[in-house]
Amino acid sequence: MTATENITSSQVGEITAAGTNEGRQELQLRKDVSAKEILRGSGAVLRMSESEVAALAGTQSEDQTMIINMGPQHPSTHGVLRLMLELNGETVLRCKPVIGYLHTGMEKTGESLTFMQGGTNVTRMDYASPLNNELVFALTTEKLLGIDQDIPERAVWIRMLLSELNRISSHLLFMATNGMDIGAVSMMLYGFREREEVLRFFQKVTGLRMNHNFIRPGGVAADLPAGWRDEVLNLLDALPARLAEYEILMTGQPIWRERLQGVGVITRDEAIALSATGPILRSTGLSWDLRRDMPYLRYDKVEFDVIVGSYGDAFDRYSIRLNEIRESMRIVRQVLDAMPQGDYRIQDKKVTPPPRGRIDESMEALIHHFKIFTEGFKVPEGEAYVAIESPRGEIACYIASDGSATPYRMHVRAPSFVNIQTMPHMMRGGLVADAVAVISSVDPVLGEVDR
Amino acid sequence: MIALDPLLVDNLLWVPLIIVLVKVLVVFVVGLLATMLMVWFERKAIAGMQNRIGPNKTGPFGILQTLADGIKLFFKEDLFPSRADRFVFALAPFLSFVPAFLAFAIIPLGGDFRNGSSGEVTLFGQVTRIQLADPPIGVLFALAISSIAVYGIMLAGWSSGSKYPLLGSVRASAQMVSYEAALGLSLACVLLLAGTLSTSGIVAAQSTITEWHFISTGIVPFIIFLIAATAELNRPPFDLVEAEQELVGGFNTEYSSIRFALFYLAEFMNTVTMSALIVTLFFGGPQPIAIGDFVFDIPLLPNALEGTFWLLAKILVFLYMYIWFRATLPRLRYDQLMDLGWKLLIPASLGWFMLLAAQRLARQNGWNIVLVTGASIAVLVICYLLMQAAFAKSARDRSTQGTMF
Repeated sequence: MTATENITSSQVGEITAAGTNEGRQELQLRKDVSAKEILRGSGAVLRMSESEVAALAGTQSEDQTMIINMGPQHPSTHGVLRLMLELNGETVLRCKPVIGYLHTGMEKTGESLTFMQGGTNVTRMDYASPLNNELVFALTTEKLLGIDQDIPERAVWIRMLLSELNRISSHLLFMATNGMDIGAVSMMLYGFREREEVLRFFQKVTGLRMNHNFIRPGGVAADLPAGWRDEVLNLLDALPARLAEYEILMTGQPIWRERLQGVGVITRDEAIALSATGPILRSTGLSWDLRRDMPYLRYDKVEFDVIVGSYGDAFDRYSIRLNEIRESMRIVRQVLDAMPQGDYRIQDKKVTPPPRGRIDESMEALIHHFKIFTEGFKVPEGEAYVAIESPRGEIACYIASDGSATPYRMHVRAPSFVNIQTMPHMMRGGLVADAVAVISSVDPVLGEVDR
Repeated sequence: MIALDPLLVDNLLWVPLIIVLVKVLVVFVVGLLATMLMVWFERKAIAGMQNRIGPNKTGPFGILQTLADGIKLFFKEDLFPSRADRFVFALAPFLSFVPAFLAFAIIPLGGDFRNGSSGEVTLFGQVTRIQLADPPIGVLFALAISSIAVYGIMLAGWSSGSKYPLLGSVRASAQMVSYEAALGLSLACVLLLAGTLSTSGIVAAQSTITEWHFISTGIVPFIIFLIAATAELNRPPFDLVEAEQELVGGFNTEYSSIRFALFYLAEFMNTVTMSALIVTLFFGGPQPIAIGDFVFDIPLLPNALEGTFWLLAKILVFLYMYIWFRATLPRLRYDQLMDLGWKLLIPASLGWFMLLAAQRLARQNGWNIVLVTGASIAVLVICYLLMQAAFAKSARDRSTQGTMF
C-alpha cells in the first residue's frame, strides 16, 4: 500500500496541483472543502477570523449544494470567462472565476516585438478599447526614451480625442451587453448601432475599426483626415438623443431598476482591498479617476466631472458608465475647440520614420525607413511604469528595457484582470440571474484578462 | 344552458362525422399556419424595432422562413444526451406540443353572434358552430390543458440529465403553477359575469362594447390575466424558463432536431391560443366592434365570416403586444417573479373577485348597493393591511436569519 492511497480526496487536490499548495483549480462542493479553502475564497475579503470561517466549512454538508459551470461557452460570460458556481437552489454560495482560455501570451510576445511593432500587440489586449492600450504603451515607451515632454501638441490632443471617443465606444458596448444580459435584447442592437458610428470615425482616421495601431511612440501614425471635425460634431449631435432613449428603455424601466439596484454590492474598503478600479471603484463613492488625480496628456486643461455612485451596486455601475459617455462627449467638445495645428508626430529622427515623399528622393531616408521598420529603434536601459484611465479602470504598462530594440519585459496591468476578482465577492448570496448581472456590470474583456 | 354543439346532439351520421373530421383538419392546419406566421411576424416585427431587416430571403418578405427552419431542423441529428431518461426525454416535446393545439379547439373561430344570435351556421344542412368543440366546461378545459403543458417543460428539463435544464425545469414548475392561480382567479371574474363556462356563451354575451364589462373585468382582471398568461407562456419578460443569458437555453438546452422544433412551435402556438382566449374572454371574440346600435360592419361579407375577420384582427393586436414586450422589457428575476405572482396578482385577483361576487349577490337580493360596496372595500383594506403586516414580519425574519456564504 502506498502512502497516496491513504489520503483523502481534498488532500489529493493539494498535492496534484503542480508543485503548489493552492489546491485544485476546480471548485469543490462545500462539504468536501477545508476551512482553509473557504477562507481563501470568501473569508479573506470579508476579514473573517479563522474560527468564523472554520464554523462555515463543512457545517452545511447536509445541504444539497451543486457545482455549476458557467462558461467558458456560455452566452453571458463575455467571451471565454469560466465561472464555477456553488449553488444552493438558485442561490450562489461561492464563485470561482477560472481564466486562461484566451491566453495567447501577448506579454511574452511583446518581448520579441520592437517598440515600433509593440502597438499592434497591445492593441489586441482590450479589444473594446484598443486606443487606450496603444496610448499607455506609447506613453511608457516615450518615458523610457525620455521624449515624453517633447511630443507635439497636436499629437497629444489627437490622442486625447481618440482616447475619449474610445471610452464612448467602449461604454456603448457595455450598454449593449448589459442590456442583453438583463434580457432587454433590443438594447444590444441599439448599443452596437451607436458604437458602430464611433467605429466608423475610427475607420476614417486610422483605417481600421479595431486594433488600430494608430497611437505610436512619438505621436500618432497619421494626421486627422479632412472633414474630421464635422464627423465628430455629427457624432456628438446624434448621441445625446440616443442616450435619452437608453434612459427611457433602461434607467426608467422598473424591471431594470429591480434587477440592478442592490445587486452585486461592494463597499469602498472591499473594492480598495481587491484593487478594483474604474467604474467599480467609483460606484462605491470614491472619486478616483487618473484623468483628474494623476493627469496625463492634457486632461488638466479640460473640464469634466468624475462620476461617482453611492451604493456600489450594479445599477450605480450602469449609470456611471452612461454618464461617463456624456462627460467624454464634453471632453471631446473641448478637444475640438483646443485642437492645435502642427506636427502629429515628434520630429526626432531616432523614433520617427521619414515621410513617404522623402523616400523617393533620398537614399538615406530609404535606409533609415528600412532600419526603423526592421530593426526598430533602440531604447535606453531602464524601466518605466505609466498608468492611465481606460474605460474599465486603471490600465498601466510596465516596461523594462535592456537597451535593445525590444523590451526586456513588458507587463500590462489590465483592469479587467484585477476587477474580475471582485466577482466572487459581489455574487455571494445572490441568485444565478444576479451573477449574470454582476459579470455584466464588471464588464471584463477577456482578451485583456488573459493577455 | 348546456352549450353543446347542436351538430353532436342527435344521432351521429356520416355527414356530421365528416364535418367534424374536416373541422379537426382545418383547426390543425390553421393552428400550424398561424404558428408559422406568428414566428415570421415576430421576427419581422422585432427586426423592425431593432433596426434590422429580419428574414427576407425565403419567399416574399421572408414569409416562408419558419418552413425553411422547420425543414432544416427535420434533417438535423436527433441527439439523446447520455444521461437522459430516454422515454421521458422523447415524450416531453409532445406533452408540450399537443396541449397547445388542443386548447385551440374551444376557441370560437367565427360565426354570427350579433344581437344574441347563437353563432351557429348551417353547413350541408347541418347546424353547427365554427369551432371544433364547444364543451359545457369550455374555459376550464383551456385551463386544464394549459396546466398539462407545464409537464412538458418540467419533464424536458428534468429528463435531460443536465444541470442547466434542471434549473430551468425547477423554475418552470414554480412559475407556471403559481401563475395558474392568478390566471384562474381573474378568469373567474369573467365567468361570474357571463354565467357560463362555454366560450361561445361568453362571446354571445359580449355583443357591444358596453357588454365587454370594461369596469368589472376590462381593467383589473384583464391586466392580471394578461400578465399571468405571459408568465404561463414563458414569454418575455417572464421567460425565466429559457433565460438564454442565465441558463443557456433552460429546459430545451439539450434538445436538438425536430424535438426542439416542437418546443418552439408549442411556444408560439400557445401564444396564439392565449391571445385568442384573451379576445374570447374579454373582447367579444368574433363579435364586430359595436358601440350601442352602431356596428362596424364590413359590407358584402357574410356575418359568420366577418366574425373570423374580427377575431383575427383582435388576436393580431395581442400578438403584436407580446412581440412588443419581448423587444422592450428586461427579464424579471426568479424571486421577483414569484413576488409579483404571490404578493400582487393573486391577492389582487382574489380581492376583485370577492368585490364582484358581493356586488352580484347584492343585486340579486336587492341589498343596499352603497353599503355592500363600502363593506367590501373595508374588508379589502383590512385584508391588505394584514397582508402588509405579514410581509413586514417575513422580511424581518429573513433579515435576522442572516445570509449564507
